[in-house]
Amino acid sequence: MAGKAGKKAANKETEMKVKITWKEIKQQKVLLLWSLVIVIYGFIFYYLPLGGWLMAFQNYKPAKGLLHSEFVGLDKFKRLFSDETFIKVIRNTLAMGVINLVVTFVMAILFAILLNEIMQRRTKKVIQTISYLPHFLSWIIVTGILHDMLSGTGVVNEILKNLHIIDKPIDFFAHTSYFWPIVAFANVWKETGWNAIIYLSAITSIDPSLYEAASIDGAGRFAKIMHVTLPGIKPTIIILLLMNVGNVLNAGFEIQYLLGNGLVQSVSQTIDIYVLKWGISQGDYAIGTAAGIFKSVVSIVLIVIANQIAKRNGEEQLY
Amino acid sequence: MGNTDANTQHKKKKSAADTAFIVFNSIFMVIFVIITLYPVLNTLAISLNDGIDTLRGGIYLWPRKFTFKNYTTVLGKDSLVTGAIITVARTIIGTLLALVTNAILAFIVSRKRFLFRKQLSLFWVITMYVNGGLIPTFILYKGLGLTNTFWVYVIPGMISAFNMLVIRTYMNGLPESLVESAQLDGAGYTTIFVKIISPLCKPVYATVALFVAVGQWNSWFDAMLYNRMSSEYTTLQYELMKLLSSVTNPGASAEAMKNAAGAVTPTSVRAAATIVTMLPIICIYPFLQKYFVTGLTLGGVKE
Repeated sequence: MAGKAGKKAANKETEMKVKITWKEIKQQKVLLLWSLVIVIYGFIFYYLPLGGWLMAFQNYKPAKGLLHSEFVGLDKFKRLFSDETFIKVIRNTLAMGVINLVVTFVMAILFAILLNEIMQRRTKKVIQTISYLPHFLSWIIVTGILHDMLSGTGVVNEILKNLHIIDKPIDFFAHTSYFWPIVAFANVWKETGWNAIIYLSAITSIDPSLYEAASIDGAGRFAKIMHVTLPGIKPTIIILLLMNVGNVLNAGFEIQYLLGNGLVQSVSQTIDIYVLKWGISQGDYAIGTAAGIFKSVVSIVLIVIANQIAKRNGEEQLY
Repeated sequence: MGNTDANTQHKKKKSAADTAFIVFNSIFMVIFVIITLYPVLNTLAISLNDGIDTLRGGIYLWPRKFTFKNYTTVLGKDSLVTGAIITVARTIIGTLLALVTNAILAFIVSRKRFLFRKQLSLFWVITMYVNGGLIPTFILYKGLGLTNTFWVYVIPGMISAFNMLVIRTYMNGLPESLVESAQLDGAGYTTIFVKIISPLCKPVYATVALFVAVGQWNSWFDAMLYNRMSSEYTTLQYELMKLLSSVTNPGASAEAMKNAAGAVTPTSVRAAATIVTMLPIICIYPFLQKYFVTGLTLGGVKE
């Protein structure tokens, strides 16, 4: 439905586009000039680096440069995929990306719905203001706080000790099994309130008469959530899910880099960290770039797939 | 609708379920607020507590041995002071540059009769999905001579497709008649942008300024990657990161302890630095709520 309407509007727009006269182009001189400046800027900072992708197919030597280095075809990619570490790195990136996506989504929707059920306006406002706070803190601060909370004398170990669940403090950062849950929790802590903003605004645009009708039918608050609120925000949920699926592989750098240590390396390293390590620290530009290309290509494929699925099910699409 | 008896019984049952829901919801919200605020308040308490005393544990919401020593130590560190100055500078300059350029671009692509309107939009939307990646970017900045300069913080990433789209969506919503009547009066595009469109766009400009400013304030990776060798361009967050690794890395920690003549420890100094770093944002964001709510809603609009 929405798609059809969109197409109609687009048609109208092309019809409306009468010939632009020379006089108008003259008037648009200043727009054209600024466009040119902006395109040059965009070309340098966004498109030129794409040329660097050539490095992944070369035995790149900085001294020889991009144009004179020897081409080696897909050798670098073969080396990349025969590296056991890289396979593990892909697993870590995907696993953390998916876990984070799912838990942050569920928590944001849950929080938005529950907050919406609070009737006192002031209380609601105060809780919402508090909920944004962590979003504004950098990952440096968040990981620092996490270290404090989860340290041997930190509050989490204190509580567990007082509840007699453990008698010796747990060293959370020394065991591989805790790493993914800690990352997921940190993401939920940081972004729940922020991500809920868009759902809250979607909830306010639901037609109030639907709630009244549900009340007359004898629906309690829980039933209203299930049959009015959730269906009402479904389009928002789907469009945001689509936007985020393409970002699954992007979801892993700062926190893993800051929280990771030698003991949990096998589960903490992500593609971005791998690129940083090989490319910048070891100076192997070709391998680092190849890993980066792999990530970009997978991300684009994911976006296209997500969009196709949405199209097939008649949902809103991203493009 | 059945008989009245059954109806009242039904109502009672319903209200019992609703009460249970309200109780559950209240508990959920209380726990949510505690989990959100506690870590921040705890850091504040630690930052105001004697460093050695903190090591004994048991500091929760209130300092046990009150002191400002951690703060004086932080403010006495040259690297942190430099970091603070650079961070303030990059936040102000970066935000202004980003705002002006994104607004100009958004203005151009929201002109319905502009010749290359579609192409220019597409040129930027593509950049949201495809980028060269870390290493080609690193080589480029090096080649352009941006590494080891202040400009690496504010020039790359100045225009972003997302911010442009947010402003464009807002501009598209403004009544076309305003522009048309100005054009009839002979106003050029520059006048229209500066005198007519921009004053109306104040809310969306505030939104984008907030997004950019927070990003600038919180970024550390560019300082580490491009300006590691230039301590004169260090940033607050990067210095904080170094403090963090000195806490978690036992060797460096012992070293720092020796230097720290008694009352302050890496943990307490870091707590103080954390509070100093987050304070400006915490003080400002509650007053800007309506702006970022607008921005997120505009950004979520389908293109």
